[in-house]
Amino acid sequence: MTASAFGPILTAGITGGQQAFPFLTALVLVPAGAAVLVMLLPRSATWAIRAAGMAASLAVLGIAAAVLDQFQAGFGGYQMVSEHPWIAPLGISWTLGVDGISLFLVLMSAVLFPVALAGATARENPKSFTAWVLFLEAACLGSFLSIDVLLFFLFFEATLVPVYFLIVGWGHERRGYAATKFFLYTFAASAFMLVGIVSLVFIHQGQTGVTTFDIRELASTHLSGTADIVLFLSFTAAFAVKAPVFPFHTWSPDAYGESPAAGSVLLAGVMAKLGTYGIIRFDLGLFPHAVVVLAPLLLTLGVIGIIYGGIVAAVQHDLKRLVAYSSLAHLGFIVVGLFALTGESLSGAVLQMVNHGIYTAALFLLIAMIYRRRGTFAIPKLKGLQSSAPVLAGVFTVVMLASIGVPGLNGFVGEFLILSGTFLTHRWWAVAATGGVVVAAAYFLWAYQRVFHGKADPVAGEAPFAEMTWREALVLAPLVVLIVALGVYPQPVLERITPSVDALVLHVEQVAHPRIPLAGQPVSGTLAARTSTAYSSSVTLQLGTGGERTLATRATGRETKGART
Amino acid sequence: MIHAAFLIPILPLAGFAVLFSLGRRLGNPLAGWLATAMVAASFVVTVIVFVALFQQAPAHREFTQSWFTWFGAGRLRVGAGILVDPLSMTMAAFITGVSSLIHLYSIGYMKHDEQFPKFFTYLNLFVFAMLMLVLADNFVLSFFGWEGVGVCSYFLIAFWFERDEAASAGKKAMIFNRIGDAGFLVALFLIFERTGSFEYTTVFSRLGHVGTPSLVAIALLLFLGAVGKSAQIPLFPWLADAMAGPTPVSALIHAATMVTAGVYLMCRINPILHLTPDAAHVIAWVGAVTAFVGATSACAQNDIKKVLAYSTVSQLGYMFLAVGSGAYVAAIFLMLTHAFYKALLFLGSGSVIHAMDEDQDIKNMGGLARLMPITGITFLIGWFSIAGVPPFSGFWSKGDVLQNAWAVTPALWVIGAVSALLTAYYMGREYFLVFLGERRWTEARPVADGHDNEELGHGLHPHDPSWHMSLPLVVLATLAALGGFIDLPFHPNLVFLERWLDPVVGPSLLQTHFSVGQEWLFSVVDAAIAVTGVLVAASVWRASSSRPALEPRFLFMAWFVDRGEDRFVARTSTALASFTATVVESRIVDGAVNGVAGVTRWSGERLRRVQSGYVRNYALGLVAGLVVLVAYVLVRVGS
Repeated sequence: MTASAFGPILTAGITGGQQAFPFLTALVLVPAGAAVLVMLLPRSATWAIRAAGMAASLAVLGIAAAVLDQFQAGFGGYQMVSEHPWIAPLGISWTLGVDGISLFLVLMSAVLFPVALAGATARENPKSFTAWVLFLEAACLGSFLSIDVLLFFLFFEATLVPVYFLIVGWGHERRGYAATKFFLYTFAASAFMLVGIVSLVFIHQGQTGVTTFDIRELASTHLSGTADIVLFLSFTAAFAVKAPVFPFHTWSPDAYGESPAAGSVLLAGVMAKLGTYGIIRFDLGLFPHAVVVLAPLLLTLGVIGIIYGGIVAAVQHDLKRLVAYSSLAHLGFIVVGLFALTGESLSGAVLQMVNHGIYTAALFLLIAMIYRRRGTFAIPKLKGLQSSAPVLAGVFTVVMLASIGVPGLNGFVGEFLILSGTFLTHRWWAVAATGGVVVAAAYFLWAYQRVFHGKADPVAGEAPFAEMTWREALVLAPLVVLIVALGVYPQPVLERITPSVDALVLHVEQVAHPRIPLAGQPVSGTLAARTSTAYSSSVTLQLGTGGERTLATRATGRETKGART
Repeated sequence: MIHAAFLIPILPLAGFAVLFSLGRRLGNPLAGWLATAMVAASFVVTVIVFVALFQQAPAHREFTQSWFTWFGAGRLRVGAGILVDPLSMTMAAFITGVSSLIHLYSIGYMKHDEQFPKFFTYLNLFVFAMLMLVLADNFVLSFFGWEGVGVCSYFLIAFWFERDEAASAGKKAMIFNRIGDAGFLVALFLIFERTGSFEYTTVFSRLGHVGTPSLVAIALLLFLGAVGKSAQIPLFPWLADAMAGPTPVSALIHAATMVTAGVYLMCRINPILHLTPDAAHVIAWVGAVTAFVGATSACAQNDIKKVLAYSTVSQLGYMFLAVGSGAYVAAIFLMLTHAFYKALLFLGSGSVIHAMDEDQDIKNMGGLARLMPITGITFLIGWFSIAGVPPFSGFWSKGDVLQNAWAVTPALWVIGAVSALLTAYYMGREYFLVFLGERRWTEARPVADGHDNEELGHGLHPHDPSWHMSLPLVVLATLAALGGFIDLPFHPNLVFLERWLDPVVGPSLLQTHFSVGQEWLFSVVDAAIAVTGVLVAASVWRASSSRPALEPRFLFMAWFVDRGEDRFVARTSTALASFTATVVESRIVDGAVNGVAGVTRWSGERLRRVQSGYVRNYALGLVAGLVVLVAYVLVRVGS
């Protein structure tokens, strides 16, 4: 293929040259430096260790907020790019940048890490615990911000180590099995991606003579059909395991279930998004043709995940495993949104990654609160908790309703955008996925009834189930506020996501269907021509009579986009 | 003044916000008064806006108020805004009016409940959601209200969550509703694909480009949503179980307002139904059959509230029969009058349940009319209204429905007329068993199965309730008696409701042209049916309290629909889920993973024997070599 319009859009980013402060580099280095600092502190200085961890993660949140403040809405390319040559002969560089796709994943991570530290810190050996969590934060943020593929890979792999040690060091009974399974499964899958990366760079070098790992450059590599598919599969292997996508998910119930609370929160909240983020950034950015060819396969896996995850979740006896399977279902929605390749579904998927991070983190924190009081995750051993802990039950209810997609709370908006966008190109997949909405209500409400409703059976010597403490409420408050705020008024977030998503959709369309002229194609248009016929006819009619609001904004949106390219 | 419309939903929302944060501090009864005041204020605003709208010329009675963009991406935009037109204002007026009365009633009814403030918190939230449902200017915002009322219904059915049947009923209601909601959602996707918009006015203006198959699909999928929400066949069993909630909830949510949301939705999409007569026929037939099944089931119930629940199912069926016949005005007319008399009957039954110390079995009652005259007389008015005895409201509204059904096909009229006869009969049975005849209770009888155990051991002295509860009974009885006069046949000048709604629903799908003589004939037949039902009930139930032949088990079990669905759907899917989790997931999907791991370990151990050293070093070398090798091959393929 020739260099698409995508390359210029990406490279025309607002480079970090003018910026006085390297925000993005700081996002990675502050937690990493703090991790080292914590390692240097004496083991007994528990208070100082906790304070340092908290201060560092809050500092990251502050920097992330500054990034949000500096971020220019309405612009699709990378912003605040900071570029430093690293291993120059091999073309490897420390290149960080942020766009609408990664911005809110960074913010979400920056919120979840202090929440996890405050709400689920370890009693034993807080020093190593805090250090590992901070190290994990650096690695996660580095993954979301890397524009260099190899840098991404290093960060992506670096996340495994802290999680492995968090599970082994602070996990539950079967932690050894769970940690090993998690590590080997994801590590093995990543090996495929490394092969893919190296191959892609070789191919690119053969074509241009330039050795580079910069995704903006690699996006214009010309790939034959076979190589495209094989490379796509090698990248997707790593992402599908990480997300996880059915049927590569079986490590996740074990890992989520056996992790300490902070591990579950961060695994499901942040690290799962590394997989789906990888799909949108690298699969869609680098292999658009293969994405279009293999989309039906991945859509099918996504839909199976939605239904299958819901069905298996329904019969779980362990609350954490239930949430693990519900996560499989929710990530199925995200995968569906990604491979439906419409502006609506992709924006919804990006938003849903953030939403899922927030409510799943809240769910795991709530489950940890139950565990702290009752010492069990087993649903049959819990009953009637609402009587003595109405506030805890109420918060659980709100989070649960967000997760089953009740409008007014954050889960709905993402799901609705995903499904209505998917319906445009892959109608029957969207219809099947909608069935997941019913299943989700069934398994969650059933679990809620068994845990919270009914009369608690008094057990001799056991204190009544204690209400949420102020400290616990304070930890959950930001998450609940976000759940409501993103449900009622997500538009400011979407306004920042959509330009990047629209640019990506355009890129995919042009590479996959190079014959379609740019001018005639709506920015967020759909791939299958048949689906847009009904609407386009009405569009022309409406425009003929002077048009109306939504169409007018669309037209101007296209114009500005055109001007930029 | 029309610009004040935004206050209509905002006032109950503000009430919710205050009660949510300060409810416990306000306590009993202040929390209840605050909630009531907010809804009453909302009613006042509604009336003001209503009058302002009425003063406009009929063609200009449509006004959109856009608030903000809720969300948007690609070419999808969903706004938050309200549509003020005769239909939405009619809905808002009766919702806020009936809600105010039921709020007031609840102050008395929930007086002894520990969770008093919480009850009113939910109730205000419900009214907000219900108003958003009917006032929204687009499908998605209506869906927000639609789900919102569903969630509040879940909270309120399971309000006494320590009782297992209440908890189960709440969950069941939500899941049944969700089945319908899936249909609603797919309809939304289809609407968006075909018209590129969700706004009612825009969508309706683009229907010409949609194509008939899609229109039929949209109509039937939205109807699936309505079937869930409005308890039609086959998704009605949840409504009977929902009676486990407090009685004011049954009156407000499960009789007057929420369950009529499906009817509202069908009336709102009347431009679509105009173009899809086949879908309209399906709606009419589902409605008629539901009316019959509900009415027959109500004949054999012994729980005072379950009689009313199945009666509601039946009456909702009538409303869909009207919608399917293209008689939207008749549907709205019946919805209004039904809200009056059914709310009245539920509140009256709540008064009885209080008087009987939480016993709900009508076989244990009798002779209460003399002890509770206000309840007795208002309940009688409710009975005559629902039965269709002239000149009570039900006579006019049900007559309107049946007449339109005849115009579609006489078969529908026959089903409707038989159900009407049964309606007069089953309510008569309830009235006689509860209020007349001999007392089948004693003053010393202990509480049967009550949540309010503090009254255990007290004697039973049935009496009319406090004024909080009596006043709503009297107001609703007045409305139930006189409500029919808003839409009288006989003369074009008397059809007030029809002329008011005309800008929204337009000309009926099937114009009914009956001469004045035919109208009179219909009226006489309707009256005769009602009076026959009343007389049959009187002759059967005046003297006896048990007639097993007239209370067959299959009617008591509501045609075994609930049990059938439980056996064939719920249990099958639970078994399937267990199989999936224990066999497919553990043995196959995860088994494969552990299998691969096992083989790797086995070969690793063989390797270890050959070489002494760290396996991981070899493994690393292996991976590195593999990477370069595969990369090389790929490059050859790629270039």
